[in-house]
Amino acid sequence: MTRARTVVAALLLAASGMVGAATAAELKIGLEAEPSAMDPHYHNLTPNNSVLSHVFDRLVEQDEKQRLKPGLAASWKAIDEKTWEFKLRAGVKWHDGTPFTADDVVATFERAPNVPNSPSSFASAVKGKTVKAVDDLTVHISTPEVYPNMANDVSTIMIVSRAHGATGKTEDYNSGKAAIGTGPFKLVKFTPGDRIEFARNDAYWGAKSQWEKVTFRAIKAGPARVAALLAGDVDMIEGVPTTDIERLKKEPKISLSQGVSNRVVYFFVDHEREETPFATAKDGAAIKNPLKDKRVRLAMSKAINRDAIVARVMEGVAIPAGQFLPDGYFGVSDKLKAEKFDLEGAKKLLAEAGFPNGFKLTLHGPNGRYINDVKIAEAVAQMLTRAGIETKIETLPPAVFFRRASTGGPEGTPEFSFILVGWSSGTGEASGSVKPLVASYDKVTGYGTSNRGRYANKEVDALTKEALATVDDKKRADLLAKATEIAIADVAIIPSHFQVNTWGARKGLTYEARSDEYTLAMGVKAN
Amino acid sequence: MTAFIIRRLMQSVVVVLVMSGIVFFGVFLVGDPIHMLVNPQMDQEDIDKAIRALGLDRPVWEQYFHFLANAVRGDLGTSFLFGEPALKIILQRMPATLELAFAALFMAIVLGIPLGLYAGLKPDSFFSKAIMTGSIVGFSLPTFWVGIMLIMIFAVVLGWLPSTGRGETATVLGITSSLFTQNGLAHILLPALNLALLKISLVIRLTRAGAREAIHQDYIKFARAKGLSSRRVIGVHLLKNIMIPVVTVLGLEFGNLVAFSVVTETIFAWPGMGKLLIQSIQNLDRPVIVAYLVIIVLLFVVINLVVDILYSLLDPRVRLGEKG
Repeated sequence: MTRARTVVAALLLAASGMVGAATAAELKIGLEAEPSAMDPHYHNLTPNNSVLSHVFDRLVEQDEKQRLKPGLAASWKAIDEKTWEFKLRAGVKWHDGTPFTADDVVATFERAPNVPNSPSSFASAVKGKTVKAVDDLTVHISTPEVYPNMANDVSTIMIVSRAHGATGKTEDYNSGKAAIGTGPFKLVKFTPGDRIEFARNDAYWGAKSQWEKVTFRAIKAGPARVAALLAGDVDMIEGVPTTDIERLKKEPKISLSQGVSNRVVYFFVDHEREETPFATAKDGAAIKNPLKDKRVRLAMSKAINRDAIVARVMEGVAIPAGQFLPDGYFGVSDKLKAEKFDLEGAKKLLAEAGFPNGFKLTLHGPNGRYINDVKIAEAVAQMLTRAGIETKIETLPPAVFFRRASTGGPEGTPEFSFILVGWSSGTGEASGSVKPLVASYDKVTGYGTSNRGRYANKEVDALTKEALATVDDKKRADLLAKATEIAIADVAIIPSHFQVNTWGARKGLTYEARSDEYTLAMGVKAN
Repeated sequence: MTAFIIRRLMQSVVVVLVMSGIVFFGVFLVGDPIHMLVNPQMDQEDIDKAIRALGLDRPVWEQYFHFLANAVRGDLGTSFLFGEPALKIILQRMPATLELAFAALFMAIVLGIPLGLYAGLKPDSFFSKAIMTGSIVGFSLPTFWVGIMLIMIFAVVLGWLPSTGRGETATVLGITSSLFTQNGLAHILLPALNLALLKISLVIRLTRAGAREAIHQDYIKFARAKGLSSRRVIGVHLLKNIMIPVVTVLGLEFGNLVAFSVVTETIFAWPGMGKLLIQSIQNLDRPVIVAYLVIIVLLFVVINLVVDILYSLLDPRVRLGEKG
């Protein structure tokens, strides 16, 4: 009899233990894409950079508008033409308790470009830079030529320790052994494909987060992510599908945060070839490349009704674009506005250029890479057709699209004539767009790496080169703005819109929306 | 029986070889993964370095032989995306998928066979007709839609079950599984049901057809005449004789459950192999795709072997490995 009573008592005790669970401040976040590894130098990919920002710090950090602010470096300045000095913060400790010193920075810069099997490394941010530890709290980084964007590049590299991180292989980071950082959270467990668990670092040098425990889960399917938020299985999600935004706005249990992203969706045309494979006469006969004529490009830009795209295709969750970055970013021109919709003007320009009856064109784009990319392509194709340019679309899986767009043509040149693409400036300022997109393609100097239209303009090249060598911030911004103005006036690209990202959280939580699309627990506040 | 098994295994080696070749070259034809994985802001020089590091610059034949040479040593390539051995990545996710597959199989057997038997033995009752109509609905509805509806109804509206993910695991007798915790069972119920719906419908129809055919056989009449209880007649004699088609189908379907539960795993964010497969296909992560398909071929071979052995147990007339 007593034995049975003991058993019952034990069961009741156990049951009550299970009930009194999560009273600790715990945050569960649903991600759209999971990181490919826990190694901060392995893969330069937004989910990796976002999630690992919880464990590792950078010398210079970017705020929610990608403006630079001190991180592990308390201050920095150029001490001569080719050298920048970074003064490191004192009293910072690694998660294992050992102090952070300049030697760790040196170790980091040695490791970052050399991670084996890296599909997309940080080599380009580290290239050409020599890092020297002057004393425990001072680092000098020098380059062969003057380099004004030093702080921007440095703000992309997460710092690892000499003791654990520098020698760690990617597997060691994934298992947690080498994932020792200085950040606001410690990595507790990484279960690939399932979840990532963090615990608060109570010895953090900065503002302590109110969350003791943070768990990230990747829920790729949009509807499932929204359902998880509504069911209360997660406290916050990123990437709310545009079709659900209206409905969630009316939901009393949910609050939304939106922020314009630095990603511009635009169209690129073939500026180079005399005859372009995907533009033909209406009857199918071959014609001279019409896209080389600025009037044709301008006509196409005028024929696109950006307001309609934003209102109908993107359901209001986008901003019409007139250049590479939204207002407020470094190097942006305040003279450029989104091209106004002008169908009559477009037809007139086409007639002037010798195409009164238009021509046939094929638009190529990815499906599933950008928000509503297929729908945007369909809408634009219809708009152009109305102006006389009979456009059909072909969308491809992202992997196939990007390969062919970059090297699918003869001898590894870009294949398509007219493409829908997106671009997000990693450095958060205009040179991060101008240099890779509209500067002339040059394999050796690394300019124009994503210039798939092979646009080439000597003035733009000269201004870009000058800007990248100008240390004075105001002058550099002006030069970049001027380069942008020339490129846009020449219709080097046809910008469409800037994406707006939406985060959803349960009532009582707010998220500080970020233009680099990161989802950080540090930005979640309970009110 | 041993000779039979050995002969089977040798045949399967040939199958696996052919399969790996088809997949390897097929994926190569689709596209170059470098553009999915590489940061477009990298200089061309760095892109070239990455291509060399991933071995994508060597001719296809060389890459394939390299792959075969490594495969024999147990190294099925390193994932382009994760940087870890493809085999390790797949095996990490296998327990979750196996759990789900077993749960779905269990539901299919426990729900499908009794319902199918009832429908077959009492075909004119209202309940039987309801079961048959239900089974049509079961295999007509798309898995994607059913999954979302299950989540909406049971997780969002009623709040009885969790909407996403795998639950907590516990280790019993050396096996770590979420089936051993209450939290884990709550998480697995909806995805397993989603997967099982189609299988249950199949099993119901097969069992019913088999029962309807067998009930008229002489040996059933003889067993009844002999005075055996209804339970023994149906539960032992009838059931055993209609099991062969059911076992065949369930065997193949189990293979499908393990290998291709892509939709369910994506909807429920279940950390299994199916989700990994679709992700690898979208990213053109060729080593993982090839390793995955090689493993799946091996799995199907083993399942077929087990099914054949089960035949010989169910039906003593079946002799394995016909001689001359």
